[in-house]
Amino acid sequence: MVSTLMYVALSAILFVIGILGVTLRKSALMVFMSVELMLNAANLTLVAFANQWKSVDAQVMVFFVITVAAAEVAVGLALLVMIFKRKKTTDIDLMNTLRG
Amino acid sequence: MDVLLFGIPAVVAIIGAIAMLLSRNAVHSALYLLLNFAAISVLYLLLQAPFLFATQLIVYAGAIIVLFLFVVMLLGAERDEDTPHANPWQNRGALVGGVLLLVELCLLYVYNPGTIPVAVDMDNAFAAPAEVAKALFTTHLLPFEIASFVLLTALIGVVVLHQRRS
Repeated sequence: MVSTLMYVALSAILFVIGILGVTLRKSALMVFMSVELMLNAANLTLVAFANQWKSVDAQVMVFFVITVAAAEVAVGLALLVMIFKRKKTTDIDLMNTLRG
Repeated sequence: MDVLLFGIPAVVAIIGAIAMLLSRNAVHSALYLLLNFAAISVLYLLLQAPFLFATQLIVYAGAIIVLFLFVVMLLGAERDEDTPHANPWQNRGALVGGVLLLVELCLLYVYNPGTIPVAVDMDNAFAAPAEVAKALFTTHLLPFEIASFVLLTALIGVVVLHQRRS
């Protein structure tokens, strides 16, 4: 029997990798992907605890997280395409002005 | 058997995440992320969440990754990281911060093992899709409506963003 702690530990490792991705990589696309990884790690924790307490509520929460992640990716990638059209780059270090 | 069933997807998920982090090519990164999502969806199945297993595969692996790949190839931004960071200490600082965070999480794991009981048997289907739907459409009906509104807002936002300025 695999304890909930194993799932939480796996989720922690994935979350740390996501944080490293956000801080280490320079391409905005990679930062987005790392954010998705972190959202997934959080989802894994929620599902693990839902299984532990035999409660559906956390799974409903994960459903909402997936919804928000989908909306976030749609808007974020649209913004990224717009920025790329103007600046010809996805380097986040070069996106340092508020007016395009 | 349980440990094996957990271990293989867990190792695949970690390998996928690390490969995503290290891969220089954004297309490869997206595909490694897809591997990671697939492994996590297997874990959902082990955690008695068949509805989320399907949702994870359809929404994350099906929609989000395809959107990523589409944008990466549209922009031709596979290799856009040739110059170093503007802040020369960022890489070292990120590594130190990541290691510190991992150590902290491990300390929590070591010093506080008693508070979280071991998961009980996985035989009863407490989270069959019908049960999830019941919770979604009764207890959590308002958040569900708000989620649909969030999606609508995102849709309108994307359309407005890409509107041709006259």
